[in-house]
Amino acid sequence: MTRTAFEAVQAARSEQKITTRALINGVVDHFFECHGDRNASDDAAVIGGIGELNGQPVTVIGIQKGQTLAQNQQCHFGCPEPEGYRKAQRLMQQADKFGRPVVTLINTPGAFPDVHAEHHGQGEAIAQCLLTGAQIKVPYLSIIVGEGGSGGALALAGGDEVWMFEDSIYSVLSPEGYASILWKDAHRVAEAAEQMRLTAQDLYEDGIIDRVVDEVNDVAKLQQLRQQIAEKITTLSALPAAERLAQRHARFRKF
Amino acid sequence: MMNNRFEAPTPEQLAQRLDKIPDDVMVRCPVCQTTFLAHDAIDKTCPECGYGLRLGARERIMMVTDQFEEIDREVTIPARFNDLQYRQKISQAKKKTQQNESVVTGFATIGRQACGLAVMDSRFIMGSLGSATGEKLTRLFEQARQRQLPVVVFTTSGGARMQEGIHSLMQMTKVSQAVSELQAAGLAYLVVLTDPTMGGVTASFAMQGDIILAEPHTMVGFAGRRVIEQTIKQTPPADFQRAETLLEHGFIDTIVPRPQLRQTLARLLTWHAGGTQ
Repeated sequence: MTRTAFEAVQAARSEQKITTRALINGVVDHFFECHGDRNASDDAAVIGGIGELNGQPVTVIGIQKGQTLAQNQQCHFGCPEPEGYRKAQRLMQQADKFGRPVVTLINTPGAFPDVHAEHHGQGEAIAQCLLTGAQIKVPYLSIIVGEGGSGGALALAGGDEVWMFEDSIYSVLSPEGYASILWKDAHRVAEAAEQMRLTAQDLYEDGIIDRVVDEVNDVAKLQQLRQQIAEKITTLSALPAAERLAQRHARFRKF
Repeated sequence: MMNNRFEAPTPEQLAQRLDKIPDDVMVRCPVCQTTFLAHDAIDKTCPECGYGLRLGARERIMMVTDQFEEIDREVTIPARFNDLQYRQKISQAKKKTQQNESVVTGFATIGRQACGLAVMDSRFIMGSLGSATGEKLTRLFEQARQRQLPVVVFTTSGGARMQEGIHSLMQMTKVSQAVSELQAAGLAYLVVLTDPTMGGVTASFAMQGDIILAEPHTMVGFAGRRVIEQTIKQTPPADFQRAETLLEHGFIDTIVPRPQLRQTLARLLTWHAGGTQ
């Protein structure tokens, strides 16, 4: 690949990118959406529910960007509120209870930064998601589909394996933020992107993620992804629960 | 020449007089703006509003523990971070704090109760969460589990360490797993939020305690005020992200003034000595 890191950033943010909902509908059959955090509200930025993968029930949780302005106002351009993370946490615990594997699909610039989110414990919600991800005994696969922005993405990226789409990025903050914090100049974004090693390929080379999967832009690629997920879940399911959890912990312990 | 007491001093004379006063005699509270004599401040707290001035890790340890034995003192940033500017920042921070990282870890007794103890230090690159910070915290949780001891962590941090990029983010998951393993062994994890605790630290181990305490007026949050103002164009209220607001919204157990912290921790540790699993 000869493209620059900043081109990768633009590709990750592209409006042509498959939506999380379309991905879910393509990866599992009979998707049954579960709304709400059972506490305060239902965050449109996080879609979660149960579907079938090769006849086996799995829990799928995704972070969704909108396609229209109205959708984006609802889901804050894919930035979850604390209620979204609490919904994710609830569904992970539910999956654990019923022995269903968990697949997360992540596409978010980051957790939503507003007064409401802070008053409702954005930090606490992400912290509890991380803790739950460290506890669930079922197979847990995390896939970064587009943007993987900071703690808001990490909350759902604690899987036994972490994969990334070819056109996706994953970083501690946006390249714009990085440039403005470190160099006080948000215009040096291309340079920041280069330095940050945030592309799927960079992160694979650095051992942060386990696999780079093809960009899903047609039905054949969607089928291929579905197949890859199914195979991985089969492999992970074959391990005893305690060993699977130990391997997950070892995966992150090395960092 | 004798001073004329009835004439106003010249600016030069004023400057000379001020030079004779040491800088640290008077302190202004950053929360309530009251000026007070440093000498009058018990445990470096504002006599007016109870805000605790920021402390270095050593100072804090002296204040709350009876005994402390440090572990992993030598742990420092991994060699792969070779950016010159970052390396310089690290050496400055080391010089300033006489520590190798933004957290000091070890085993302590507080009111005769043994525990694992970690104290973060905001003077070390704003207490940011680097790989070595995460490693020291993780090792502390692991060793405390082996020794069957509860853990107390004093947090203060600006959040993730930008210079370490994604590796900083990974520490959040790594430490969370260590917390999870400690808690699974039935051992208590107590958090004391101190000013300021922000970003990735709030979004991981700071908010995972079985019991979460905070010092008065401590700032605790995920997204900073400026980020919110610039991204969403919202102006947060004055009491935004303060311990009192978090208490009101149900995110911390209680606020403990600094002079009572040692006693409070000692009692909580008595109730949570040893594992249950």
